[in-house]
Amino acid sequence: MKPLLSAQHLSMQFGGLRAVHDFNLDLAVGELVGLIGPNGAGKTTVFNMLTGVYEPTEGTVQLENRKGGTEVISGLQPHKITRKGLARTFQNIRLFKSMTVWENVAIARHYLVPYSLPQAVLRLPPFGKAEAEIRSEIQDLLAIFKIDGKAEWRAANLPYGEQRKLEIVRALASKPSVLLLDEPAAGMNPQETLELMDLIRFVKDEYKLTVLLIEHDMNLVMGICERLVVLDYGRTIATGLPAEIRSNPVVIKAYLGEDAVHA
Amino acid sequence: MRILKNLVLLGGLGGGLFAVLWGLISIGVLDDYTLQILCTAGLNIMVALSLNLISGFTGQLALGHAGFLAVGAYSTGILLLAHVPFPLAIMGGALITALLGFLIGFPALRLRGDYLAIVTLGVGEIIRVLIINLGEFTGGASGLRNIPGYAQNIMVNNPAAFLWIFPAMFIAVALVANLIQSSQGRALISIREDEVASQAMGVNIFGMKLMSFTVSAFIAGLAGALYAPFIGYLAPGGFDFLRSVFFVIIVVLGGMGSLTGTILSGVGLTFLQEALRTNAKDWSQAVASLFGTSTGGLTIDFVPMSQVLFGLVLVILMIFRPEGLLGTKELRFTRLFRGAK
Repeated sequence: MKPLLSAQHLSMQFGGLRAVHDFNLDLAVGELVGLIGPNGAGKTTVFNMLTGVYEPTEGTVQLENRKGGTEVISGLQPHKITRKGLARTFQNIRLFKSMTVWENVAIARHYLVPYSLPQAVLRLPPFGKAEAEIRSEIQDLLAIFKIDGKAEWRAANLPYGEQRKLEIVRALASKPSVLLLDEPAAGMNPQETLELMDLIRFVKDEYKLTVLLIEHDMNLVMGICERLVVLDYGRTIATGLPAEIRSNPVVIKAYLGEDAVHA
Repeated sequence: MRILKNLVLLGGLGGGLFAVLWGLISIGVLDDYTLQILCTAGLNIMVALSLNLISGFTGQLALGHAGFLAVGAYSTGILLLAHVPFPLAIMGGALITALLGFLIGFPALRLRGDYLAIVTLGVGEIIRVLIINLGEFTGGASGLRNIPGYAQNIMVNNPAAFLWIFPAMFIAVALVANLIQSSQGRALISIREDEVASQAMGVNIFGMKLMSFTVSAFIAGLAGALYAPFIGYLAPGGFDFLRSVFFVIIVVLGGMGSLTGTILSGVGLTFLQEALRTNAKDWSQAVASLFGTSTGGLTIDFVPMSQVLFGLVLVILMIFRPEGLLGTKELRFTRLFRGAK
């Protein structure tokens, strides 16, 4: 089957440092894949190459576009890649802090807004109609994630877990086909992590998404990922099912050191 | 609905305020001098508003708005001297400035933060120096003289100017307010909040910044265009860096990202500066008469002291209200009427 997202021979060179070396990944429709590895392995760099924050030094990224054709997206600006259906969240939460919860979500819908600037400034009928639609659409979306009661809150005032949730909701509002989650469970307690796992599964099924996630929390990774890719020092050292990865000596060595393999 | 209600109220309030002021002018309660300061305040508000759009809402610090004011003023002045019909000359000045803003924005807005501030500062200075050196068109260092006024009769120029400036200011306020409360406006604010996230959410941040900068230049240019026939004489010295800083002060004092804050501080600072200037003259004379005309060859000039006081007011306000008078909040006029329901 043709992959939805395909990264071929991606490399990223920062001056003399090769942060990522020959990274390959095919994501099939509906897959939930985990990208793991020790600190500094290059996971976020891979995300940044996929989403256009960095232009890969070598290699290409291909995405199936909304019409069903395949196109190269590496080298495009981030906003163009997002519009083609690749949305992401951030490792360190990047909400628009002083904006309200619903406004945060509205930003992701901005590129779909049907009215023009003059229509907005002159408050012509298309403006009022579209704004009402956006509001109700976002309210529905927030209701699904049970934060509709806080639509008028400033994003910065949300509890930590809900800020993480809002980041996911915001990414969803851009109508993606692939969702990239960068350490969604960072800073969460075990209970919150469990809820997050349910949330990710739910989102994936409800919106028929393909998900790639970076995570350190092994319970989460082993619990929901169908397939794992392990990075170390910028190189892919293993790929496979969670159970295989768990007992792979190369992976154990990368995480825990040489001695742990023999222990 | 709240937006609509706000607009209707704002329109009513603006119309009402206009009617009251115009009434006071007609019966002669507001003298010509006060009227002149009111007009100046209106123009200052327009420029500060345009600066707030790019710096307060979009988060891109610009330090060269006196340059935009100058381009608008000189363009309109030159057009008026060439006998271009009045409304056309005004619109011409604003549009030329908008075009210039667009052209400058193209390379400049690729820079961020401090770098953009330095570039806009430089552009402002370049404009001023160009005006001095293009004497053939601009009158050079000695200025552009005898620009036709709003009225044939110079005695009623200020009331006539008020009839233009007040509605123009009101339109500018409405334009920026409507822009901010739209998806485009939200996108601008998201750029201020977090460029990386904004871009990752599909916002074309460069395009939006360019739009914001161009609209900003348009409004500042319109203020300049209205300024030329109001004052009748343009000198390049009036459009220096300090003038740009004055607009920045209005914006910061009112609150970066607050329209009503800009209006309040625009009126307040214009009157404060004028009061300090005129009173300083009195002090200087009082001191001079106290010591005689000469104090051992040393003449004390109190006029610069007004700037010290002006600075002192700013320091005190910034210590107690570092976010400006209103922060990013707005005075909502609907609130005034909520109790009545």
